[in-house]
Amino acid sequence: MLHLQQLSKTYKTGDKALNDVTLEVPGGQVLALIGPSGAGKSTLIRCINRLVEPTSGNVILDGQNITKLGAHGLRKMRRRMGMIFQEYALVERLTVMENVLSGRLGYVGFWRSYFRKYPQTDVDEAYRLLDRVGLLEMADKRADELSGGQRQRVGIARALIQDPALLLVDEPTASLDPKTSRQIMRLICELCRERDLAAIINIHDVKLAQMFVQRVIGLTKGVVQFDGPPEGLTEEVLTRIYGEEDWKETIEKIEEEDEAET
Amino acid sequence: MPQILTGDGTKTWMLRDRKSQFTRWGAWMIGTIIFLWCWKQISDATTWFFVWDAPRIAADIGGRAIPPRWSYMEKLWEPLWDTLNIATLGTFFALLMAVPVAFLAARNTTPSALLIRPIALLIIVSTRSINSLIWALLLVAILGPGVFAGMIAIAIRSIGFCAKLLYEAIEEIDTKQVEAITATGASRWQVMAYGIVPQIMPAFAGIAVFRWDINIRESTVLGLVGAGGIGLQLKGSLDTLAWPQVTLILIVIFGTVIISEWISAKVRGAII
Amino acid sequence: MSVALSERVGREWRKPPFIKRAWLRWALLIGAVVYFIAALSSLDVNWSRVYEGLERGWKFVVAFSSPDFSSRAADIKEGMIESAIMSIAATVVGIVLSVPVALGAARNIAPLPIYLICRGIVALSRALNEIIVAILLVAIFGFGPLAGFLTLSFASIGFLAKLLAEDIEDLDRSQAEAVKATGASWSQWINYGIQPQVMPRLIGLSMYRLDINFRESAILGLVGAGGIGATLNTAFDRYEFDTAAAILLIIIAVVMVLEYLSGIIRARVQ
Repeated sequence: MLHLQQLSKTYKTGDKALNDVTLEVPGGQVLALIGPSGAGKSTLIRCINRLVEPTSGNVILDGQNITKLGAHGLRKMRRRMGMIFQEYALVERLTVMENVLSGRLGYVGFWRSYFRKYPQTDVDEAYRLLDRVGLLEMADKRADELSGGQRQRVGIARALIQDPALLLVDEPTASLDPKTSRQIMRLICELCRERDLAAIINIHDVKLAQMFVQRVIGLTKGVVQFDGPPEGLTEEVLTRIYGEEDWKETIEKIEEEDEAET
Repeated sequence: MPQILTGDGTKTWMLRDRKSQFTRWGAWMIGTIIFLWCWKQISDATTWFFVWDAPRIAADIGGRAIPPRWSYMEKLWEPLWDTLNIATLGTFFALLMAVPVAFLAARNTTPSALLIRPIALLIIVSTRSINSLIWALLLVAILGPGVFAGMIAIAIRSIGFCAKLLYEAIEEIDTKQVEAITATGASRWQVMAYGIVPQIMPAFAGIAVFRWDINIRESTVLGLVGAGGIGLQLKGSLDTLAWPQVTLILIVIFGTVIISEWISAKVRGAII
Repeated sequence: MSVALSERVGREWRKPPFIKRAWLRWALLIGAVVYFIAALSSLDVNWSRVYEGLERGWKFVVAFSSPDFSSRAADIKEGMIESAIMSIAATVVGIVLSVPVALGAARNIAPLPIYLICRGIVALSRALNEIIVAILLVAIFGFGPLAGFLTLSFASIGFLAKLLAEDIEDLDRSQAEAVKATGASWSQWINYGIQPQVMPRLIGLSMYRLDINFRESAILGLVGAGGIGATLNTAFDRYEFDTAAAILLIIIAVVMVLEYLSGIIRARVQ
């Protein structure tokens, strides 16, 4: 469904953030993108919906080459890709409901969105999604009144109301406590399964990634170092991705915690 | 650590070493000399006879100015209303023009950083650097005396002020929120309405009230150059040396300013 | 969960209004509209006069493209120097006098009676427009830059003292307390505990005030208190728009340079 072909990004400063990345993501697959900070995870995700303009290479979603699209075509394509952000990136001064409905901006005209006259179907869907993420009662609260975990749930609802085929998730748990992190990751993965969505999740927490996803991609200095199932993340592989460190504990802990969870 | 050898050969701690000590003294000296020179120029241009006479003149004026002529108040209500209108309408029209200028001047929203941004910045600097009284002087010469000239003067003067504060607020917005709205496939205007405007709303309201407060002060004196408001009465009274009326007008201006400051503080408190 | 999903679905959604009480919302809205109409209708614009004036306005705009610096060069030079002198001297005096007033107007270090007196000075200085003070001072001291200098000094005191006092009020208590704990005297406490914290801000504010003083000095001449304003006023009276444009351009240029310099200085001290 999503193909990345020899995607490269070199910033104006000369930093090579992505180097010839080629990937294929089949529909409905949830994959985690791991790697040290500065490895280009964030850039990769942003090159897919062109929040960052790739220097060369192609991004093909459902047979359409996104990198070749004009402004209008790109906006239409972005509707198919929901994005979830590290620090939630909600519009703090708008209500929860407005934030969720802002996911429909690609579908409604300017004046309609300006006067908040969304079609009833959108409003209903927004209520359903808020109910699904457990925030229906918060609908008319302002976004800055919510806790971190609640805000991320609103972020998820905003991405899903776009009716996307693909979720781009950028460090969804980086600003959350461990328990909430796990709940959010679980919620994202459950929703992907329910709706048969593909997702690319940037995550620095290796054990959290291993707990939830079917496929892991390790990125170092803009190059894919590992591509395989989470079980394949051996000590040797992690050293290749992150550099020398004692990994035993990380790996063992996951197994213990997994047992505790189940 | 800077140290110094004292006369008996022991080292003592000093805050600064010799060289920076000298430059500091040098800077102070130059500053003092400049100030003294300025003072000399002022003093040369002053007729000191009048200055020595000042206490007597002040006492004389003071004696004539008190008590204020309270009955004159009935003639002040209309100019006061004009003053309020000059300030309020002036602020309103200034904001209408300042918003687009600010968006054109902010680095992150300007359509062209090379061509349009400098023009917007030029508008901001030139309207801001020139006092509203000078604008009024100019507009009275162009449009004729009256409230209209005063209102336009206040509006022009305020564009630069409001636009500057507003574009600084636009440049400081959280870009993640804008990114998130862009990622939904929103159009340029939708990104503006959802990603940027809500973030700058508090700043905008604050600026509006702040400037309104300043404009009340400024519009009280525009009448001195014929641009309407209570300043007209002030000028008339000064020209006829009607000191009791001057006192009353000054009291009224003082009261108006205090009230406007109180209102703006209340409104700002309510917004934030 | 108290609100059921089924209750919400199918119902219209509206953004909750900014002002919750409906009557207040409507009252404010109607009040604003009524005021607006009343204010606009009392404007009383003489459109034929405006139309006539447009030609003169256009002349002025054209004058900006060909400003005349030369024919009144001597007057302009003299006026500019006088403005500069007044601004510099008034800023220095303003700083020197505003420091004690600011210390007195900061609630956390001044006793109540002194606080009230100093706040009174600040309020008086801020409420009286420069031009009004200038008129009174010209009446008392006669024409010339002395009146302008005194006006600007008085205005600078209110401005600097207010901002400085606010700064002193929100400064870091622990630093000041630490100095007090060493057994320092009041003046040592101010010198070590307060001064280092507010100094950068004072320098920045002083530069800003110099900039404002220069701009204000341009209008003091209108009432005879010295500076470039007198030259400007004459130029307008004689409809010499090209000379007026030249003066205004110089003012804009000086203000820009001052702003640029104060940006550099502020960046260095902070």
